[in-house]
Amino acid sequence: MTGSITSIRQARNTHEAEGDQSSHALPYALAATTLEHAETHIRFQDIGKTYSGEQGPVRALHGIDLVVRKGEIFGIIGRSGAGKSSLLRTINRLEQPSEGQVLIDGEDIGRYGTSELVALRRRIGMIFQHFNLLSAKTVRQNVELPLKVAGVPRQERQQKVASLLKLVGLENKHDAYPAQLSGGQKQRVGIARALVHDPDILLCDEATSALDPETTQAILALLRDINRSLGLTIVLITHEMEVIREICDRVVVLECGAIVEQGPVWRVFGDPHHDVTRTLLSPLQQTLSDDLKAHLLTQPLRQNDALLLELRLNGTNSREPDLGLLFSALGGQLTLVKSAIQRLQGRTVGHLLVSIRHSPHAQEELIKRARRIFDDVEVLGYVAAD
Amino acid sequence: MSLLIDRLWQGLLDTLLMVGVSSLIALIAGIPLAVFLVTSGKGGMFEAVRLNRLIGSIVNLFRSIPFLILMVALIPFTRLIVGTTYGVWAAVVPLAIAATPFFARIAEVSLREVDQGLIEAAQAMGCRRRHIVWHVLLPEALPGIISGFTITLVTMINSSAMAGAIGAGGLGDLAYRYGYQRFDFMVMLIVIIGLVLLVTLIQLGGDKLAKAMNHRT
Repeated sequence: MTGSITSIRQARNTHEAEGDQSSHALPYALAATTLEHAETHIRFQDIGKTYSGEQGPVRALHGIDLVVRKGEIFGIIGRSGAGKSSLLRTINRLEQPSEGQVLIDGEDIGRYGTSELVALRRRIGMIFQHFNLLSAKTVRQNVELPLKVAGVPRQERQQKVASLLKLVGLENKHDAYPAQLSGGQKQRVGIARALVHDPDILLCDEATSALDPETTQAILALLRDINRSLGLTIVLITHEMEVIREICDRVVVLECGAIVEQGPVWRVFGDPHHDVTRTLLSPLQQTLSDDLKAHLLTQPLRQNDALLLELRLNGTNSREPDLGLLFSALGGQLTLVKSAIQRLQGRTVGHLLVSIRHSPHAQEELIKRARRIFDDVEVLGYVAAD
Repeated sequence: MSLLIDRLWQGLLDTLLMVGVSSLIALIAGIPLAVFLVTSGKGGMFEAVRLNRLIGSIVNLFRSIPFLILMVALIPFTRLIVGTTYGVWAAVVPLAIAATPFFARIAEVSLREVDQGLIEAAQAMGCRRRHIVWHVLLPEALPGIISGFTITLVTMINSSAMAGAIGAGGLGDLAYRYGYQRFDFMVMLIVIIGLVLLVTLIQLGGDKLAKAMNHRT
């Protein structure tokens, strides 16, 4: 188990370290294309949810149309109160939509009676922010419970529990109580419990929000691992863009109960259209530092003042930040001020801040030349030469 | 002297019998009652708001009548159940009727404290309602229920002292007759010491059991 996580991490690291375009783009691009054609697993049709609040009805969700494909990791992000939690819970009907339908494998789950609903919930695992483990039961009993209530014979239960606890790396914690475990271990028990019926959908409700960054990485790697090895569809909600970037294939941004943006993760990250998305992304994006901002001039005062350019890659044209090419195209004295470039699903997205001094070309010509290499170029201003 | 020891011993047995039987009835009847009160409210698993209000009112009614008055008021009912209105068994009936709502209300508090997230998790894993009661609500509330039952036992020792009024005997009655009516402070002191020991023993045992059942920390 630990081995598989490490191998995933190593794979990702090598990815990020490699510069050559042909070798690294492959696995992610391949995964992305296969999923493009994957069949629909969950379909939301015009979902609306209205609660009766103390000051009249509250609209938690409205007009949600979405498709989650088989085998993908689908992220739902939004600020708190955006309706993420309600939307996620319509999938296993912990939340009953006021309008619209949720179709799973083409079936309207809103029509299910109690027995069908219980059967559906056994096909859908769920993990929670605060783990929701039973304090009075041991790790083994917690994982065993879903099987026990389904009437699975004892011996079969024990085998299943043992194999799942091994999968999540807790093979020597069978008889511990949840209170004796760390946060990360508790979530591993939660994952084992969610997988005990061999579900084909896993719902993650802020599953890493109560964990420290290192544990978060390990749990996300485990989820990615499970997604690949079991072919499970994962729907997760989070308020952390970090989580989306780390494991999601596609993402939808919710605000005030409605979808404001959706698409593959590289596109939403590379070219966010909505203000909410930008706000959510801001902790991950580097902007101009305050001291530079203070010295920024709109017009050059002297001949050798440096021109500050922001060069963006949004992933659509699969371009690479080729610095050699940039240097020979712009000429003069080129300095890298800041960079935030990341590789997402085989595409390079992000931006570079560079300053150019003593260039033989005029500003318009510089922008034109930079546009041949980058998707978007913006003049930030001038910095006085000291 | 040996007569006194016999009386003390008999008193202890009577007290234990009255408290034991009535508390046992309270335990058996009070837990389902508490589960009903918790789960039948608005938005509950077994939602039945009107019935919930009715049962809640009945519980409050019995809780608000002082035990001595309740015992007298219940005399016809007691006769119907045990065929007599005098003695230990006649006292068991009103004691059990007083103990059940008392214990149910305490157990209700513990059941209400069970994290809603656990119930949600149980629903998500495909538990039916009865599974949730049996595997989630009761085990999670167990330490609190045990503490509540300890309080019930002690309260019943207290109430059983009044059962002497209908000739039920017991330690309380002994202390009242010897200590108050005959000014025999020695007997009263012995009884008081005995009661203190009994209550202490019950409290210690209850605390220990509740602690052993609590895996939350």
